[in-house]
This record gives sequence, C-alpha cells and structure tokens, in this order.
Amino acid sequence: MDGVSLHRLVIDDEARGLFRVNRRIFTEPEYLEIERRRIFETCWIYAAHESELPRPGDFVSRRVAGRPVIAIRGDDGAVRVLLNTCTHRGALVCREDRGNAKSFQCPYHAWTFSQRGELIGVPGEESYSPAFDRKELTLGQPARVDTYRGFIFINFNRDAGELTDYLAGAKEYLDLVCDQSETGMKVSQGLQAYSIRANWKLLVENSYDGYHAVSAHRRYMRFLEDTGIDIKGSMNPRQEVDLGTGAGKGSRALDLGNGHAVIEYESPWGRPIAYWAPSFGESAKGRIEAARRRLEERFGAERAWRISGTSRNLGIFPNLVVNDIMAVTIRTFFPLTPDYLEVNAWSLAPANEHPQDAALRHDNFLTFLGPGGFATPDDIEMLETCQRGFANHEVEWSDISRGMKSAHPLMSDELQMRAFWRRWNELMTGSHARGSQCAA
Amino acid sequence: MERTNDGVARTRLAVRCLSEMSESPPKVTRQEVEDFLYAEAALLDAWRLEEWLDLLTEDARYLVPPTDTRDGDPVTSLFIVADDIVRIRSRVKQLLGKSAWAEKPRSRTRRLISNVRIVENNGDSVKAAANFAVYRMRYELIDTYVGCYEYELIVRSGKLKIRERKAILDLEALRPHGKISFIL
Ligand code: FES
Ligand SMILES: [Fe+2]
Repeated sequence: MDGVSLHRLVIDDEARGLFRVNRRIFTEPEYLEIERRRIFETCWIYAAHESELPRPGDFVSRRVAGRPVIAIRGDDGAVRVLLNTCTHRGALVCREDRGNAKSFQCPYHAWTFSQRGELIGVPGEESYSPAFDRKELTLGQPARVDTYRGFIFINFNRDAGELTDYLAGAKEYLDLVCDQSETGMKVSQGLQAYSIRANWKLLVENSYDGYHAVSAHRRYMRFLEDTGIDIKGSMNPRQEVDLGTGAGKGSRALDLGNGHAVIEYESPWGRPIAYWAPSFGESAKGRIEAARRRLEERFGAERAWRISGTSRNLGIFPNLVVNDIMAVTIRTFFPLTPDYLEVNAWSLAPANEHPQDAALRHDNFLTFLGPGGFATPDDIEMLETCQRGFANHEVEWSDISRGMKSAHPLMSDELQMRAFWRRWNELMTGSHARGSQCAA
Repeated sequence: MERTNDGVARTRLAVRCLSEMSESPPKVTRQEVEDFLYAEAALLDAWRLEEWLDLLTEDARYLVPPTDTRDGDPVTSLFIVADDIVRIRSRVKQLLGKSAWAEKPRSRTRRLISNVRIVENNGDSVKAAANFAVYRMRYELIDTYVGCYEYELIVRSGKLKIRERKAILDLEALRPHGKISFIL
C-alpha cells in the first residue's frame, strides 16, 4: 500500500539484542506522507503553553504540525485552538504571531470571526441564497484540545484517547518540571526559531542521546571544566543512578509508554533550580540554598533532590522535547521535507522568578542550548552530516542496539530511542517490530 | 590592507588625543568608526580571533537577540547569544580548538558592512550602528545573515575598543541557516 514498503523498517531482535532502523525512512518522501497521516494526525501534538495567553483575548498564531493555527484565551477564560484559514476562500484570518483580539477579520473579503471561531460578520450578506448558513462557516478546530499542567495539546483525530492516558508515564516527568515552582511555570519571552537540514526523527534521537555528550559536546565539557566543574566520570556513568540519596554519579533511561521516554541523571552542571555551581557565583549561593530548603519543605528530601539535583531529557511522542537540564527548554519541531525540519524552542521558567535567577537561568541556558549555544550547533552539524551520509543508500541500517541486553539501561544507552521507534513502527505499519530478526 | 587602515585610524586618534588633551574630549568621527568596523570584519573573516579579542574591553558583551524579540533584554528574554567576556573568550578558544564541530572544518564567511552611522557621541564613547550582510559558506551552501549591528565603543589609550556588540537579525527565523556557529 501507498506504493512504499512498510516491511522491515525497524528490526527489533530482542533475542540477540540487536535493534536496527532502515535509513530509507529518513530520506524517502513517501514515508513522510504516511507519517503526516498516521502520526501527526493521530497523536496529541503540543501547540502552545497557557502562560503565553495570560489575559482574555491573548492569542498566539503559529504553525503546529505544519498547519497554521491560532491558540486564544476567550473572554470566558477558556483556551481554544482555531485553524487559521478563512472558511470563505482560505486566507489566513490572523497574520500576527501574537497579540490580543476580540475577533479576527479576514483581510480578503472582511468576514469576521469571534474568539470562538463563529462567523459574526459577512459584508453584503444579502447577496447569498437562503441556504447560506453562518453556522456552517465557523473556523475549523482540531478535533480535540486538552491541556496538562499548562501544556496545550491538540489532536486531529476525533477518536483519540484522553490526553492524560496518552501522556502515560511522561506525566510524572512533566510534574517534576512543573513542581519546581510554587507560582506555576511560564514560557519566557524570546523564541528560538531555527531549522535543521535533516530528518525530524534524528532530532528525536538526539534530544535524549546520552551517548554523544562526551564526543559531540567535548567543547562544552571543556567549558564546564573551565568554569570549575569536575565532570570526570559524570558524563558516561557506569552505574544506575540512586535517585533517592544522590550518592555517586548515575543515570537511567526509562520507557514511559506510548513512545515517550526519558533519561534521568545527576547533573554534572548547575541548575537554576536549587542546584548551585561555581559559575553562578557566590552571591547566588544563598538564594539557591534557600530554594532547595523550600523544595524540601514542600516535597521531602528525596523528591526535592530529584527536582533540583537531577536533570532529565524527556521525549513526548512524536515531536515534543522537554529538557530539564541547565534550564528547561520546550522544543517542538516538524518536517517540511524528509531532509529539513523546523524547530521552535522556548525557555520555561518559574513564573515570578527573581530577576537575578532569571538572568542566571538564561546564561545557563545559552551556554549549552540554542542555535548560538556551545552545544546545539554541534548537534545540528551531526544530524546534518548523518543526513548527507544517507545518500549512500547501500548502507541500509542505523544501529540503535546500545544497552539492549542491560538490566539497568543508562542515559548513555539507547533504550529511550527504541521506545520511540517501537511506537513509530506500530503507528506506521499497524504491527509490532518485536521479534523481527537481523539477518545473521 | 585592513591592518594599515586600522593603524592609520589609531595613529590619528592618538595624535588628536595628545593635542586636545586639555580641551573638551575629541569626538570620534564616523570615518574612524567605519575603519574600525571594517578592520574588525576582516579579522573575523580571516578567523584571526585572538587578535579580534584584543579589540574588546574587559567587560565586553556580545549579543544576538531572538528573531521575534529584537528589542529584548537578555535578562527578561531568551537570546540566541548573550556572552559576557568570559564566554566570549571561551567561544574563541572553542572555535580555534579542535572540537567545535559545527565549525570544523571552518566555514568561510564574508561580511559586508555599510550604512555606518554614529548614533550617540560622547567624546570618549560612541554608540554606532551599521547594516550587515554576512555570508556563510559551508558544504557548498550559502546562508546569508542580514541585520544591523549596534556597537558601544570606547576610546582607550587612543584606540577604539568594543564594550558591546549587538547583532540584530532581520531574519524572521534562523531558517534555513539553523545556527550561528561562528562569530556573527
Ligand atoms: S477569504 Fe476570507 S473573507 Fe474571503
Ligand atoms: Fe547534543
């Protein structure tokens, strides 16, 4: 079907501990077409954060999963998502990235739509026949909209399950992020909008790839050392993390269900949430220790340690990354072609954060993250060179087997990617890859 | 060539500083700022980054605001680059080192700087602006970065130094560029 083979795209040979992904799915446009329908139109897709819409009438307008949409808080306080295309003949009814609006008037023929998408104004309406019904011409909406702790998701499939069921084990990790703040979390001003000349699934893999840190981010590790952090042994941990006590330097990788996965590890770097590092300066120490004590009061020592002293790279299937590392980044992306994707990345921070902490957070964010950071450009370079390499189509498979036989998979293993690929394969082919075998 | 220009500008500044020491501080001219910016661009395009560091003050900052908040402040907005001098020096060290993979091998860059104007002139410090188009060539692709520089320059021992260097992009997004892996 669809003119392309869906056979053996993923090999999941548990008996031998081998996992392979066929490289055609990174290069052939036919697979992207199927992904659009079977993944991006059936899964819950992150659209916006409630903090971007603080007041009634506030809206953001952006492409989500390739479609122009508007997320708006109505005068009734409810958040709605509208498909940004005029029901008359198609024009964008909203052409600002953000703002505040009572209604949207299409510039083409001046039809006007309410905050709920209802058609409330049609110039020269008397020229239409009696069959013309404004109610049929409400702006389109995604089949489903729901939020979890401020994260607004949309789903184009009416029959999709509930968001909370969909998020499965990822909820606990979003909770760990959001519990940092007693005043809620907010997206900071400043969007990092960039692109990568590579397949979108390579960015999924990369966003929680603990194996590449030592080599691909060598220069960042050197930078950390220069700021007085002892990173030896912490970036390629050999033992499982003891998240209860924080003893030792450890990590783990977890499959959270439905294609979501996380790596969790003790932070080699400082975190603006209650985890001091020399680069923050002595002056920040007092505030950060007080924040840590406050977390302990609220959650007890164990969870306070987990919130502050560990980092986590969380992948929510298919295209949302919430990395709670040197700072918190929300990163979402969508492919325009098999070899080109667009990324939107924001910083998520406690609302009402002390300005000095906000400054520290941004500094910490930027040293590693983003298109001008000391790490992300190198990630982009790696993904782009992978994509170039795929032109050698005789080399058919990428290997994702690391740690497959391990009883305690670590951040530097590839369990998290296998969780993604298994779900991807199920949705694409309607069947499990489990038990498929590598040619000997 | 660029060094000569730079040298001439410095000498002229120094001479004026000496001759006008007792009077009101000498005003930096647009010509001097232009020569300075051209010389800086030449150093950057030639990857003579150690020499470029010498153009900076001890408290210099290098900023690239996000494409959607170009008038933002790095404390309240997430920038693309917001380096203090420690991170500028580290950036240079990384770029000249062995493992800044996005620039290993180095891209070619070419900066066109024009429309130089002095926005504020306080004698020994000036705020200057200039338009830029910076081409980056790598893997036989060309990415063009277009925008406006805002400089805060000060005169130290008769030489211009950079206290703040802000590259404000006109691009609506870093697409298809993807990154700013060199010094913009
Ligand atoms: S297309 Fe919008 S009013 Fe005609
Ligand atoms: Fe990375």
